[in-house]
Amino acid sequence: MTSPAFRQNAHDALADKQLQQALGNVRAGFIDKRAQAAERLPEFEALRDSARDIKNHVLAHLDLYLEHYETKVREAGGHVHFARTAQEACATIVEICKAQGARTVTKGKSMVSEEIGLNAAIEAAGMEAVETDLGEYIIQLRHEAPSHIIAPAVHLTKEQVEADFRRLHKHLPQERDLSQAEALLGEARMVLRKRFLEADVGITGANFLVAETGTSIIVTNEGNGDLTQTLPRVHIVIASIEKIVPTLEDAAQILRVLGRSATGQDMSVYTTLSTGPRRPGDVDGPQAYHVVLVDNGRSAMLGTEFEEMLRCIRCGACMNHCPVYHAVGGHAYGWVYPGPMGAVLSPSLLGVDKAGHLPNASTFCGRCESVCPVRIPLPKLMRHWREREYERHLAPATYRYGLGVWAFFARRPALYKLATGLAMPVMSYLARKQGRFKKLPLASGWTDHRDMPAPQGKTFQAQWRERGGRTR
Amino acid sequence: MSAREDILSNIRRSLGVTGREAPRKAAVEERLRAAPRGVVPARGRLSGGALVDLFRAEAERVAASVAEVSQAQDIVGEVARYLREHNLPASLRMGADERLNGLDWSGVAMEVSQGPSAGDDLNGLSHAFGAIAETGTLAMVSGADNPTTLNFLPDNHIVVLREADLAGDAETLWDRLRARYGKGLAPRTVNLITGPSRSGDIEQQIVLGAHGPRRLHIIILRG
Repeated sequence: MTSPAFRQNAHDALADKQLQQALGNVRAGFIDKRAQAAERLPEFEALRDSARDIKNHVLAHLDLYLEHYETKVREAGGHVHFARTAQEACATIVEICKAQGARTVTKGKSMVSEEIGLNAAIEAAGMEAVETDLGEYIIQLRHEAPSHIIAPAVHLTKEQVEADFRRLHKHLPQERDLSQAEALLGEARMVLRKRFLEADVGITGANFLVAETGTSIIVTNEGNGDLTQTLPRVHIVIASIEKIVPTLEDAAQILRVLGRSATGQDMSVYTTLSTGPRRPGDVDGPQAYHVVLVDNGRSAMLGTEFEEMLRCIRCGACMNHCPVYHAVGGHAYGWVYPGPMGAVLSPSLLGVDKAGHLPNASTFCGRCESVCPVRIPLPKLMRHWREREYERHLAPATYRYGLGVWAFFARRPALYKLATGLAMPVMSYLARKQGRFKKLPLASGWTDHRDMPAPQGKTFQAQWRERGGRTR
Repeated sequence: MSAREDILSNIRRSLGVTGREAPRKAAVEERLRAAPRGVVPARGRLSGGALVDLFRAEAERVAASVAEVSQAQDIVGEVARYLREHNLPASLRMGADERLNGLDWSGVAMEVSQGPSAGDDLNGLSHAFGAIAETGTLAMVSGADNPTTLNFLPDNHIVVLREADLAGDAETLWDRLRARYGKGLAPRTVNLITGPSRSGDIEQQIVLGAHGPRRLHIIILRG
């Protein structure tokens, strides 16, 4: 976790040429696809309202829905475990794996498993954890964290993946052609197929937990989640407590905004509903089914100004549309949740002392909120964190000093007018050739990465007065 | 206190409730009972040939191929034709579903075997429980008739869908599931499948044939 070093991380990311090349794929791909998918469905905006309302209803009744869900899972022959913390969740899962005498554990993509550091716990207990989602597999080979919640390896170029495969798949012929994405995918398919078949335990996340039936739902495109949960003797579902929805109808409402917001698909390829273990007469499927429900700080977010963050369905639209994410990528955020959703969630889960810089990584352009399928007011929540960071004197001295200077002038309108009135023509004169500054004293934090526009014409206040605006 | 009690009491403390309030309990029970539908897109509200056409268009949009036959026995010829067209061996793995096993496979020199897949089958044949026209999605239900492994392990997945089982939207499919399995109950696995498997994890370029089937062929039995 390097969230406290966000400023340095962002600085390094901006200078990383390969990263900048890879981030071009985020800008180019996700935005148009989402817009086209939303365009194709006239009810899309109404469905966003519906999804928001369902999530609010669940959060207001979360205790009762959890109890109902738990009962239904047990009735279907499954086991439910509660975990207060990341450590408890890892210990519970390791214990289930050990009781099975497991050696190999396959994993479908799960952000909460990243959050709790599950792979490290499984490896520490002497078992092998194998990520099976292509992106997760790639970053596991590189010992990296995901840089995006639905496209974990989006920070890498094809050439980097090729180099990793050549380095680690040593048993394959050196002269093979891996120049195309098809070849890389084909190789991962072949290597992982063997791992699926030999795994003792399969762990998946959940996009939804349906209280009505005790069903867990995963949404994927590759089919790796399904092989993970179908082939081994034991299927473990790990999910955070806010994944509950009341009914299948509610799941259908949110599914309609999830795929479209995430990848621009009307439906992802595989939406799989799982209810308990193998039934009498079944010829495949797991013999045991466990659900580990993780709190890890979420119950404490209820009833606070950050409760709305618990509506998040992890689609990634906010980061796909975020100019800051586009510039620095996901790793700069220093933990598993990047982008605007991470800037709000990470301080809740890690503490504002560790992740307090993240909410500052915003231009408040509002694009994240405008595309959020469950209408989370992300800029507002980031502002709440900024206020808390400031109140707790965690903000850096230069920031506090600068804000103090501004406040001094803002409270003295005559002085403010005088100062801006003097500064404007001077700055405008200095930048008369280009209309912008490539360098400014005391502002290298800004000008190192972008130009500062020079003031043009008169001050805002002067223009306001000329246009007949009201003054106090 | 156990983790379970701790978490539930934390939630209740944060929400300012005890968990025993009658109106809250009633709201939850009512929602679970009534299962309100919310916003259902108009797109799927079709019937007959128009519904089949929508399903077909949506399935083809996500790179599945679709054929239509008018009699059950024609499924055999269509499967044989499809395998030939793609230069695939005339072998087929399927479950115990009578609607598939009851067909006469003797006329097409097909090597047919029965049971779940162990990972070495090239071609799998399944019968769908239903489908959703709105998104071109198949609904497969687990069991000996149509083992779940057949949906994922074979390279080529061929699925038979009866027109009568085609729903306009997911909500109509849920009603059918409840009618079959009971209110509040669900089969072990329901696989909603929308096209062949794919990944966009390398440079956001969509490539078909990730860990599941490389090809998905749907045979609609009309009528």
